[in-house]
Amino acid sequence: MREEILAILEHNARISVHDLAVMLGKDEKAVAEAICDMEAEHIICGYDTLINWDGTDAEKVTALIEVKVTPQRGMGFDRIAEHIYQYDEVNSVYLMSGAFDFTVIIEGRSMKSVARFVSEKLAPMEEVQSCATHFVLKKYKDHGITFVAEDPDERMLISP
Amino acid sequence: MRNPLSDKVMAIKPSGIRKFFDIVSEMKDAISLGVGEPDFDTPWPIREEAIYSLEKGRTFYTSNSGLKELKEEICRYLKRKYELEYSPANEVFVTVGGSEAIDLAIRAMINPGEEILIPQPCYVSYLPCTQLADGVPVFINLKEENEFRLTPAELEAAITDKTKILVLPFPNNPTGAVMTRSDLEKIAKIIIEKDIFVISDEIYSELTYTGERHVSIAELPGMKERTITINGFSKGFAMTGWRLGYACGPELIIKQMLKIHQFAIMCAPTTSQYAAVIALRECDDAVAKMMKAYDQRRRYVVDRFRGMGMDCFEPYGAFYVFPSIKKFGMTSDEFATKLLETKKVAVVPGTAFGDCGEGFLRISYAYSLENLKTALDRIEEFVKEL
Repeated sequence: MREEILAILEHNARISVHDLAVMLGKDEKAVAEAICDMEAEHIICGYDTLINWDGTDAEKVTALIEVKVTPQRGMGFDRIAEHIYQYDEVNSVYLMSGAFDFTVIIEGRSMKSVARFVSEKLAPMEEVQSCATHFVLKKYKDHGITFVAEDPDERMLISP
Repeated sequence: MRNPLSDKVMAIKPSGIRKFFDIVSEMKDAISLGVGEPDFDTPWPIREEAIYSLEKGRTFYTSNSGLKELKEEICRYLKRKYELEYSPANEVFVTVGGSEAIDLAIRAMINPGEEILIPQPCYVSYLPCTQLADGVPVFINLKEENEFRLTPAELEAAITDKTKILVLPFPNNPTGAVMTRSDLEKIAKIIIEKDIFVISDEIYSELTYTGERHVSIAELPGMKERTITINGFSKGFAMTGWRLGYACGPELIIKQMLKIHQFAIMCAPTTSQYAAVIALRECDDAVAKMMKAYDQRRRYVVDRFRGMGMDCFEPYGAFYVFPSIKKFGMTSDEFATKLLETKKVAVVPGTAFGDCGEGFLRISYAYSLENLKTALDRIEEFVKEL
């Protein structure tokens, strides 16, 4: 049941517990409890809103930074990751396989502020060997949802 | 001038849906729960394959019976999903939607005066196809208390010396009813005993919500040789506009159906056929995902109707619910018309699917949850004001 609940909540966090229970054919109380449990267990870590900021006047810049680091003895990558993700500017941190170690996604008000963060905070960290910063130019799809408005329903209103 | 028209065609009643469609089309900003097709776009790999086939210039006729590759995939699919074994060489062919297959099956098998059993409420084309083939339609009125399944008693009561074919339309449009294996076994026994043939319209076979897979009557012992199984891509794969279906059955019958198809149609659309190969090869996950979404909406819609105090049996197939409006003292037509006029919600009166649909509405849940919510809120207001 947990995975079914998560599959719906992932794309519609505003759905009521009642509707969720009905749609899954489960008991409302059991669903509410499962959600509480998953919140407590940090499986559900928060309820976000997916926003297409390009549609607003807000100035926002997103950058994806490939970071190479030297892992620490006894701590592996976790401690360095922690050092990086504590910064408010940092949106996401993933440990990667392949040519670099971390993908760090940061959001800033301007390219300048992002550049400053990289040069003043991230790059100087002792374990960081190198950073490659890529700025996002346009978001087309995020979290499985496209940012372009859907076409209106073109089906006939009544059909057999 | 002489009368240019055929008496037979003139005698056919226009579809009840058509009449309602005309009213709805006039009305701007109406929201509809009236469609008989998926709201999902065709999965992208299928659309992409169609584009690719056009790029490659595959714009010629295929063989009358369809692309060999597609027929092979259809047979593999039917085996994989429903334990049905057909030979791609002579027991299956590709049609222009399930509708063409229905027409051909009836025309290929019926002689003037022979009777076709049509359980109602049902899809709108069995009756006119029977009339055009000079067959005699015999209706079996399915009942709400049986969850609109065909019972052995109902079947036996309708059989005469002239009965030749039973149309078996499950999962059912408009009721959403399904037939379980044990239901079908009882039907099959009678069919074999009375030496009748079955046209099994399984176009909604991908959309069942019992937790068990759809069962085709053709997979029961002794039934394959007397069943034409009709299926297609419209509903399960969200491909209505591609116009692609297929018919499977004994070579003896398929050969004659193919003869009519060859003269009337030539072949099903080539682009659609190439795309359908990919549908069968690569789209199991996409189909399962759509099915899950329908299932969740289905539960939501049934819950809402019951919450309004309306009688609504739980349908386990297709994407329709069929609530009863008998207690409001109106005909289906009156209810649907008034609902449309006052709340601008379009639904289809049950009578569009046969006289015994009186007292019911067909509600389609092939809509987004938000859309369903808005429409059902309006229906709830409407019912409260009655």
